[in-house]
Amino acid sequence: MVVELGLTEQEHLKLYRQMLLIRTFEETTAEQYAKGNITGFTHLYSGEEAVAVGAMSVISDKDYVVSSYREHGHALAKGATPRAVMAELFGKSTGISHGRGGSMHLFDPDLRFMGGYAIVAGGLPISAGIAQAVKYRNGDEIVAVFFGDGAVNQGVFHETVNIAKLWSLPLVLICENNFYGIGTNVSRASAVEDLYKRVCGFNIRAVQVDGMDVMAVRKGVEEAARISRGGGGPTFVEAKTYRFRGHSMSDPDEYRSKMELKIWRDRDPLTKFSSHLVNEGTADQKTLDEIKREVEAEVADAVDFAEKSPEPPLTQLMDGLYPNGSA
Amino acid sequence: MAEIRYREALNQALREEMARDDRVFVMGEDVAFFGGSFKVTEGLLAEFTERRVIDTPISEAAIVGCGIGAALAGLRPVVELMTVNFALLAMDQIVNHAAKIRYMFGGKAKVPLVIRCPGGGGHQLGAQHSQSLEAYFLHCPGLRVAVPATPADAKGLLKSAIRDEGPVMFIEHEGLYGLKGEVPDGSDYLVPFGQAAVTRTGKDVSLIGYSRGAMLAAQAAEELAQKGVDAEVIDLRTLNPLDMDTIIGSVKKTSRAVVVYEAWKTGGAGAEISARIAESAFDHLDAPVARVAGGDVPAPYNKHLEAASLPQVEDIISAVDQIVGV
Ligand SMILES: Cc1ncc(C[n+]2csc(CCOP(=O)(O)OP(=O)(O)O)c2C)c(N)n1
Ligand SMILES: [Mg+2]
Repeated sequence: MVVELGLTEQEHLKLYRQMLLIRTFEETTAEQYAKGNITGFTHLYSGEEAVAVGAMSVISDKDYVVSSYREHGHALAKGATPRAVMAELFGKSTGISHGRGGSMHLFDPDLRFMGGYAIVAGGLPISAGIAQAVKYRNGDEIVAVFFGDGAVNQGVFHETVNIAKLWSLPLVLICENNFYGIGTNVSRASAVEDLYKRVCGFNIRAVQVDGMDVMAVRKGVEEAARISRGGGGPTFVEAKTYRFRGHSMSDPDEYRSKMELKIWRDRDPLTKFSSHLVNEGTADQKTLDEIKREVEAEVADAVDFAEKSPEPPLTQLMDGLYPNGSA
Repeated sequence: MAEIRYREALNQALREEMARDDRVFVMGEDVAFFGGSFKVTEGLLAEFTERRVIDTPISEAAIVGCGIGAALAGLRPVVELMTVNFALLAMDQIVNHAAKIRYMFGGKAKVPLVIRCPGGGGHQLGAQHSQSLEAYFLHCPGLRVAVPATPADAKGLLKSAIRDEGPVMFIEHEGLYGLKGEVPDGSDYLVPFGQAAVTRTGKDVSLIGYSRGAMLAAQAAEELAQKGVDAEVIDLRTLNPLDMDTIIGSVKKTSRAVVVYEAWKTGGAGAEISARIAESAFDHLDAPVARVAGGDVPAPYNKHLEAASLPQVEDIISAVDQIVGV
């Protein structure tokens, strides 16, 4: 049995389970969206699972995570339950944001999952602020912030990296380069296509990893996290990845060729990892099938829970707006 | 007259003005190859090429800033911000720059720039994607603010905006793109700024709205008619300039006014309109001016909570019930 980065068999299987959980959750979300149980903007993470799972597997529970509107996968990988996330998508009061946020705005301070933000690059300076608080308190946590290829073109991205470097903040910037910002290819939006090069001027460690390979993501983020945790300031990891679905559930996805989709589907992080596990003798197909059944049951339970959960009462419209509870 | 959708009317306006004037060009996120996220710029790339239909990175401040610069240098840019929520990222360029340049430079400079932004709520898009922010722009001297409610006005106002010599915030409503309506033929059909439309005449109460609020007011007027209340409906069409003559003329006739808008009630356009009515027509009022507006709360995702946070036709009717007969 080949053990990478000191992973046990159980740890390998956990990576597989988490990726499969996200995939199953996302495909179920698409079904529930089609049924009308979920509405609004819903951005799925199918295809990109290796990034969230790989990254989360090398940071600790105490570390903070900040994300964007494509954050179901990050939330699940950070420990959010499928029930709490699905109920949020259904807009129910049992949801992780009590039905106020929806797909784009998941938040759980207990998990140190510090929010999905729907303004492109909006979470970036916030993540630096969280890192500032860690440093202020002499903590040993790091902050991992996830954002897309589109976000590096916002001014605030560069403001954030500069401040993080200037103040030597424990911030790991993880750019999920899925090659598209809605319908615009990265080559038509960024003057430099290799996005890790965009931070060269800040003199921070910046690497590019294969975002379809959970082990490659682990390696890249593990190094970055070690540097940032050790006082080395911010680090940058560009994970080249691909979304298997349209930008959101309302995108007919007409700007990508069938050929291109096929090339990336052939690199599906799940099949790639499962065949790796089987070929290396880490797991047999029976074990993987068993995991699949468990994951499917877990997601089905989440849908059931969401369906049966109550709507937030209309009398609570103003609740949570101000700290003292009054409108 | 042809019956077309609001989105098609906007598309026609862009097409006609681009054909008429080579200085007019379009830029924004996903406006070219993708055809615009609400398909308003669909087909423009094929007709006018990449020179004049330009996809930008997600860089709102720079998009508006480039628009200002190009306008200063003699072009007539129409920039699209994917939604008005993202205008907040460009607020410095809009408020500190576009709005100020002409005056601050002694009237010697001009910024003929149109900033198109889809806005409004009602689609369960959550707190960061459902806002109606027109009051922020109305507050700022130097900006014109257009808020069309019909396909005809969408076309006529956009053409006027493009021909205007100054910066215009052109705020479309996401909930109206599919709305069909008669649009006059001819490429010189313009709707001038500062002229409200009286879309229904009545004698009992003035319902004053804009954008989708004007549509809600018109629906309420129909229901009120069944109850024997004869409402006049005014669609403001632009908030700056604001057609006070039409508003005051109507209020003098009806002695009662309800302002309808989807934005947060507090500090919204309706607050300004109410204040102006109080200033110029106080003696003609038989009841306080009422506002039927959005709740002072970020848009909740949950469907029922969201509906409760937005003005509904029934809310207009109950507001009227309270002031008619007073
Ligand atoms: C400031 C801002 N501008 C525009 C948008 C609309 N928008 C939402 S997602 C998106 C594309 C973002 O692409 P990317 O950063 O690559 O992330 P991905 O969706 O590919 O994960 C755009 C333009 C937005 N939400 N915020
Ligand atoms: Mg992307």
